[in-house]
Amino acid sequence: MVTNHKIDVQDLTIAYGTHRILRHVTLNVRANEIFGIIGPANSGKTSFLNAINRMDMMRVNMNVTGTITIDGIDTRNWRNVYALRRKIGVVFPLPVGLPLTVYDNVALAPRLAGTAGSQADLDILVERCLRRAALWDEVKDRLHHLGSLLSGGQQQRLTIARALSQSPEILMLDEFSIAVDPVTTMRIEDVLKELKSEMTIILVTNLVQQANRLADRTAFFLNGDCVEIGETADLFNGVARDQRTLDYIGGKFG
Amino acid sequence: MFAAAPINLKNREIQQRFQWLFGVMLIFLIIPVVVILGMLLIKGWPAMSWSFIFDDPKNGMTAGGIFPALFGTIWLVIVSLLASVPLGVAAAIYLSEYAPDNMLTRLINLATINLAGVPSIVHALFGVGAFVSFFKFGTSILAASLTLAIMTLPVVIVSSWESLQSVPRSFREACWNMGATRWQTIWNVVLPNAFTGILTGVILQVSRAAGETAPIMFTGAAMFLPFLPNSVFDQTMALALHLFVVATQVPDVPESLPFGVALVLVGIVLLMNTVAIWIRMHLRGKKKW
Repeated sequence: MVTNHKIDVQDLTIAYGTHRILRHVTLNVRANEIFGIIGPANSGKTSFLNAINRMDMMRVNMNVTGTITIDGIDTRNWRNVYALRRKIGVVFPLPVGLPLTVYDNVALAPRLAGTAGSQADLDILVERCLRRAALWDEVKDRLHHLGSLLSGGQQQRLTIARALSQSPEILMLDEFSIAVDPVTTMRIEDVLKELKSEMTIILVTNLVQQANRLADRTAFFLNGDCVEIGETADLFNGVARDQRTLDYIGGKFG
Repeated sequence: MFAAAPINLKNREIQQRFQWLFGVMLIFLIIPVVVILGMLLIKGWPAMSWSFIFDDPKNGMTAGGIFPALFGTIWLVIVSLLASVPLGVAAAIYLSEYAPDNMLTRLINLATINLAGVPSIVHALFGVGAFVSFFKFGTSILAASLTLAIMTLPVVIVSSWESLQSVPRSFREACWNMGATRWQTIWNVVLPNAFTGILTGVILQVSRAAGETAPIMFTGAAMFLPFLPNSVFDQTMALALHLFVVATQVPDVPESLPFGVALVLVGIVLLMNTVAIWIRMHLRGKKKW
């Protein structure tokens, strides 16, 4: 069977100890789409992202059952989990500007992976990532200043540049706009629209309208259940099957 | 709308009283330090000279300098650091970054903290039993240094552990998500940010190791030696023991001599602490998150 599914999730259940945070989620993410995930807090959205790049390995009591396949390969059978994570860029809600220079922040991942190449190659890569994150013009004169001294919105774009530094096939953004002003948010959204042609994007957001603006398809998570998955246009035009989805999108709760 | 809130005089009075109380306590805290330093300076300064620092003791230790003891203390401290710092930092890294949170880890943590509270004379006895007799190092710099290392190890572990824990978890998460291994994360992100804290802990232990007498008394420090140690298997003189000896064991010592020794010892400790503070301030300027 030939599909254009980049990620296939089958019957995914995530529990912390005995507390189940996500129950029996089955969904797929198509290649080169922006897949939005909306839902109020504690819906399991972040845990879902963590399960995809196998961060459950780093957490003591996080239990994941079900299967996640990327390009048809079960992530659990991936022999080198670090190689898997290098294919997946992650952006967190609050920007994590590592206390390194702007340049080193972006160059860190290639350096760790041993793919940095020559200094000139790295310079080109850093500039390209910063340009794509719409940050280059603002930081080109202070590449060797501390990244953690940039403003919040700049730092968030820096983390996007960092996430792009390994040419990921999948980019996961976890409520990236929480600490970012609206103007910067719009700039980042434009960036995402451009990146879509090169990678698959999973966009977790609790801004319903952001999903509406960006996502091709949207899933609605509520209290650990995946209530609904559909074309974003359908959901926002009232074609949702589930009343809870309509209520959430319509702003009646959440 | 905004009525002036009535000033609660009673609260203000209580606040002032406590301010006063804490101020007085602070003064009580500072007085001993000032008195000790002052006394040392006044009584020890007459003994200070280049020859006091760079000459051997003479006339049955009633005159001359303290060079062999100073030299020996530096030896002891360096060798003990070579043993305790790599081991202690490695243990702290394991406990902080790798160890699962289970009974064993908690037991190790508890043991470490308790070990820090063991009196130094007990460490001395352990040193005699383990290093002098069992490992057959004899009474030597090596045995004394290792005893000092055992004594300082728990504090090195605890202070390093605390510095590692103070590095935000989000840094580690960000690094792991990039596909970094645990060790890459530790080496590239965690350790550089914990470095100042670890260094401060280590330097504070230097001053402690330099000042302890009990652990080295039976394991490698001699009252008087006519020669400088050539290797770690020789005995050595040490400042702390030398102070004890000239203050209590030798008759007819001029009063300024023991105070001079004490002044040098305290001087070394203060110097190391100043270095620790300086490094901290210098490096903290570069570290912002």
